[in-house]
Amino acid sequence: MNSQAPVMNDQHAPAVGQPYTRNNQACHDLSIRVRDLNLWYGKNQALNNLNIDLFQKNVTALIGPSGCGKSTFLRCLNRMNDLIPSVRTEGLVEMDGRDVNAPKMDEVALRRRVGMVFQKPNPFPKSIYENVAYAPRMHDLVSRKAEQDELVEKALRSAGLWNEVKDKLQEPGTSLSGGQQQRLCIARAIAVQPDVILMDEPTSALDPISTATIEDLMDKLKEEFTIITVTHNMQQAARVADYTAFFHLGEIIEYNDTKVMFSTPAKKKTEDYISGRYG
Amino acid sequence: MSHTFDEISQQLRRRHRKSARLKWISMGSLGLAGLFLILFFADMLSKGLPAFQQAYIQTEISYTEEAQNDGRQAFDQELLPLISRTVVRVIPMELRNNPEMIGTSEAQWVLANSEVDQYLKGHRHRLSEEEQAALDERVEAGQVDLRFNSTFFGSGDSKIAESAGILSAVVGTVMTMIVTLLISFPIGVMTAVYLEEFAPDNRFTQAIEININNLAAIPSILFGLLGLAIFINFFGVPRSSPLAGGMTLALMTLPVIIISTRTALRSVPDSIRHAAFGVGCSRWQVVRDHVLPLAMPGIMTGSIIGLAQAMGETAPLIIVGMVAFIPDVGASFTNAATVMPAQIFTWSGEPEQAFVEKTAGGILVLLTILISLNAFAVVLRKKFERRW
Repeated sequence: MNSQAPVMNDQHAPAVGQPYTRNNQACHDLSIRVRDLNLWYGKNQALNNLNIDLFQKNVTALIGPSGCGKSTFLRCLNRMNDLIPSVRTEGLVEMDGRDVNAPKMDEVALRRRVGMVFQKPNPFPKSIYENVAYAPRMHDLVSRKAEQDELVEKALRSAGLWNEVKDKLQEPGTSLSGGQQQRLCIARAIAVQPDVILMDEPTSALDPISTATIEDLMDKLKEEFTIITVTHNMQQAARVADYTAFFHLGEIIEYNDTKVMFSTPAKKKTEDYISGRYG
Repeated sequence: MSHTFDEISQQLRRRHRKSARLKWISMGSLGLAGLFLILFFADMLSKGLPAFQQAYIQTEISYTEEAQNDGRQAFDQELLPLISRTVVRVIPMELRNNPEMIGTSEAQWVLANSEVDQYLKGHRHRLSEEEQAALDERVEAGQVDLRFNSTFFGSGDSKIAESAGILSAVVGTVMTMIVTLLISFPIGVMTAVYLEEFAPDNRFTQAIEININNLAAIPSILFGLLGLAIFINFFGVPRSSPLAGGMTLALMTLPVIIISTRTALRSVPDSIRHAAFGVGCSRWQVVRDHVLPLAMPGIMTGSIIGLAQAMGETAPLIIVGMVAFIPDVGASFTNAATVMPAQIFTWSGEPEQAFVEKTAGGILVLLTILISLNAFAVVLRKKFERRW
């Protein structure tokens, strides 16, 4: 493994609570720390002893063949797996010094800080305005109408959608095109001012132009948010991600700086996958 | 080895014949069902429509001193057998309330006897030869006429056929349905929400689900027995009241509402729930703000159909005593009342010929309301239906 590699599921990670350093300088702020994470669907183990550190204000891509557990892992980070009755999770997922799986952790509070964008655009069947304004109002982030208008505009601007929809905010969100709907979902997620945004194959249902728009957007959003994205598309990972984790059969095979990973993969399996030999 | 087109066509001919035969059989059964429906409607309309008209006679009413004690004195003795008893009966009271009318007389159109009514409509009647002759004379003179039957729509039941109306039954039905809706809608919807959105999927909830489905298939008269035993005998709810009837029918409607609500909730795609959970909604917020509004058209449709079903129900109401003679339009939820199907049932047992058309007329009113309710449900579903 490359010596510059900041991370990983091995001896390079500093002790819990210690900063990551490069040349003795703190170089990364930890966002989410995962230790010995195991997950079962009924009796089938889907995630196997995962260890990974995810960094703030970066884009981390999770790649791997279908069924390798990357989406399942993503859903562990905001406990969306709780919605599936047969799922059992063990291990540590730590954010801001707190175990998100602890009984005391309120999953609503967690999801307020860890937003999510889904594979298929799923705006609420309400107006464009209401799609964005709903969650902040629910979380009491805004009190006055003017504040709410301001927040909606800000979120839509950050999602690069404002100019396209500013004249039709009262139209239904579902009337937009697929790519616009997905950006509306991003605006909805960032409207509650989360720390982390999880994206589950956000562009797999979109055309190439919309995909490029979303990729540009991810690049901008990482100035403010930690972005963790699942993708099937290795070129996309290479384009947008600062770090990439390669999943295979429920394990993290390799996790590294994207450039390093795509130029000199440390593991044979990774090399085979990114050169298209399987997957 | 391969076959030629001709060989294959040969084989296919039999299969095509078979499917054509099946098509004709199914079309035939549909036609038969349609025919029965048309026959039923034609029969009801031909029997029931005359009930919306009623015979009236023009006569001189002389408010004499004697009429104060005996209403019959106010009328022409020849006409008296043709006039409704209800008209004659109210004369003394009217005079007692308005003494200044004594000594005056007045030409008026008054309700005719039901025999006159049936005679004019060409049905079986019991008028004597002389009465018929006198009547024919009046018809010639334009003093007897069939008019819109405001009595039928405007008053309650009566043992005198010409003054029997359906209004008390309609009001009773409305009050009973209000009770049914107020009880079964919230309980049914919340039960379905719990089972569909909150309950874990285990043996216990599966058992509940099976029992609810079975409940929908229980003979309705058993619900009547339950209502009698629990609501009336145990809780002391007044017998024959819209409250007792409505509570009993609510038991019957509950499974229908629960099942249709669950179907409506299940048709809301999970992506909406995930989106709502993703922005940090609690489970109840997901249901209240997103799932329920989307499921509401389906819930409403199911509830209206369940209510229409309850509205046509007679058996359980017989048990709780709602087949009663109710001449006055009901005033409260705890007074004795009757409902439309029970009223129809009562009339169908009356021996007089005039009640035959009342029965059919009552059926027409009930059918009209039921069809309108169902049409409303269809319109509601079409209007708010959402495709994903």
